[in-house]
Amino acid sequence: MQAFRFDAIDLPPEAIAARARVRAFLAEEQKRRDFVAYRNSWNSFDPDFTRRAGAAGFIGVTWPGEYGGAAQSPLVRFVITAEMLAAGAPCGAHWIADRQSGPQILRNGSERARREILPRIVAGECYFAIGMSEPNSGSDLAAVRTSAVRNGDEWVINGQKIWTSNAHRAHYLIALTRTGEAGPDRHGGLTQFIVDLARPGVTVRPIRNLAGGHEFNEVFFDDYRVPDDRRVGGVGEGWRMVTSELAFERSGPDRFLSDYRLLVELIERLRDAPDPRHEIVIGRLVAHLAALLRMSTAVAGLLDRGENPAVEAALVKDVGTAFEREIPELARLLVPSQPSFDAEDPFSQALAQVMLHAPSFTLRGGTREILRGMIARGLGLR
Amino acid sequence: MASNEISAILRDQTDRLLAEHVTRAVLAAADGGAWPEALWAMVEEAGLPRAMIAEEKGGAGLAPAEALSLLRRAGYHALPLPLGETMLANGLWVASGGEPIAGPATLAPTMAGAAVEITAAGGKTALHGRLTGVPWGERATLLVLARDANGNDHLALLPPPAIPPAQKRNLAGEPRPDLLLDGAIAAAIRPAPPLAKSGMLALGAALRAQQMVGAMEHALDHALTYANERQQFGRPIGRFQAVQHMLAEAAGQFAAATAAADGVLAAFAEGDILIAAAMAKARIGEAAGKVAEITHQVHGAMGFTQEHTLHFLTRRLWSWRDEFGNEAEWQRLIGRRVLAAGGAALWPMLAGV
Repeated sequence: MQAFRFDAIDLPPEAIAARARVRAFLAEEQKRRDFVAYRNSWNSFDPDFTRRAGAAGFIGVTWPGEYGGAAQSPLVRFVITAEMLAAGAPCGAHWIADRQSGPQILRNGSERARREILPRIVAGECYFAIGMSEPNSGSDLAAVRTSAVRNGDEWVINGQKIWTSNAHRAHYLIALTRTGEAGPDRHGGLTQFIVDLARPGVTVRPIRNLAGGHEFNEVFFDDYRVPDDRRVGGVGEGWRMVTSELAFERSGPDRFLSDYRLLVELIERLRDAPDPRHEIVIGRLVAHLAALLRMSTAVAGLLDRGENPAVEAALVKDVGTAFEREIPELARLLVPSQPSFDAEDPFSQALAQVMLHAPSFTLRGGTREILRGMIARGLGLR
Repeated sequence: MASNEISAILRDQTDRLLAEHVTRAVLAAADGGAWPEALWAMVEEAGLPRAMIAEEKGGAGLAPAEALSLLRRAGYHALPLPLGETMLANGLWVASGGEPIAGPATLAPTMAGAAVEITAAGGKTALHGRLTGVPWGERATLLVLARDANGNDHLALLPPPAIPPAQKRNLAGEPRPDLLLDGAIAAAIRPAPPLAKSGMLALGAALRAQQMVGAMEHALDHALTYANERQQFGRPIGRFQAVQHMLAEAAGQFAAATAAADGVLAAFAEGDILIAAAMAKARIGEAAGKVAEITHQVHGAMGFTQEHTLHFLTRRLWSWRDEFGNEAEWQRLIGRRVLAAGGAALWPMLAGV
């Protein structure tokens, strides 16, 4: 069988040191009681927290020093993000910029864009959104129609993006646009640009999610003008870049720790009088989590070696999000409680939070079905 | 040569040897209850039962984790022999100061709660306990982890039973007789070495974990080949999204199982393998059930025949997931610890610090 590369990884000393630093930071944060862990997920948006995390050196750690980073291994970032999520820290403001937009600009952006933007991300003062999906281009990303037309030193963008998380409070998004013919493989003619959401020609409209929250948006481009040095990568290279970005997006601890705090609250609720059924369910979930942590660490190791583990990342996300979706379904049967944001106990609140967000776990960042198609291709079935 | 190089060479040699000699005919004969003597001789000739014994004592000098990793290849080929049991028995016995054991050996206890007690009987050591499903217990030298009246653990060596026990085999036809130790006199006894400190059940679970990962890989290989060859509706069934998604799901289970199997190997370096073995047996047992289900579904009726070789793997998966503790037993052990320690202690436990 086509071997997947989930080789066991020993964390380097700097990653172990980073774990101690981030735990000390989070202990201070918890003392401030600024965030309620059991009501949070990694997309909880808190600019103040992000600024403090930036000041403490936890954002953009893999980037070179000249752009404000610490030139650390992806394994250091892996440890930092895993610790943050396990603590229920509200990382939503910097998450996208730190995880994928910043690395994309670092690798493929202009020198000017790097100098202007990356240090602000590192400081926790600049947030990004992802401009990939469109009304008729969801899972079928190659169907993107938003156009960018060259006009001297500028490009003029027209079209619409959708499901754009945080577009209403981010500073930038990276838009995937059509600049040419798709070609026979349908992957040609796509180009990425950094869009400044404060400039004229771009309109953001809210879409409320089923929980009543406002995270995602529609974004409209109406003759939006962007200088050529805000292009990310070559003209027509957009497809290759977004697919390599997805390995970062899909393999991290955010793909199996979205509802970790519900698991913690479940343990707290059961621990005083556990029966065998409780022990079995908790043991099963913990065994799943331990395997996922090893898989995800292994992918961080591959990224560390400069590889593009797209299929392994898809496996982490498919297995990880299936695990995330099981937690609320098991928890609700072990603890008779009616999930409610108005309940006084943390468990019922955490369950309410997760129950209403769980459908997104297996959609965002590539649906389960798209991932399984990628895995099947990796298995030689396509 | 570094021991990881030795183990890589041994792994390739083992793979080639087993690929050549564990044929369909050998597997079918073993299924019928025949002891594959020629195959055992070959495996012994290759030095595999002594992999864990130090070189100066005639072994390959592999660390337990390296030796156990070879069992993935044995699992891949559905090797119908107590190779892992013999490796571990030799590793344990020599670590406690004993000499290498001749011929096949096996391990007990094999089930939770099946404690074996030691009593002194006229200057000799007698053993008491009821052992269920002892791998190849009718012909293998038995290494038992037993406790004396003072609560100290010992390893006791027992020759194969003089009177054959009632035949009992697992779903794959592998011998798993029950043995009653009713004052049986040990051939030798030694204090349990550190390697035994997590218990025989944990060592057996670590062993079956490696074998199951190997068997799952081979079952998936079969299913992928079949999906690309078998044509229906004018195209290979592997072109159908429903089939692709089943196999992708199986690949995810296999990947998680491999990670869990790596986890228990890594734990050998730290000494106590109990929790890692529990995690591995629990996670891999679950994956084994799913992978067996999916690979059969992909093979259709053909995979349900005796003629096809898939069942040599899947019947082992169904057997092995219940040996040395099933998923629920190990999950419960993990759950009990996690619940006792509380929610805040879980993350440090998972992160290892």
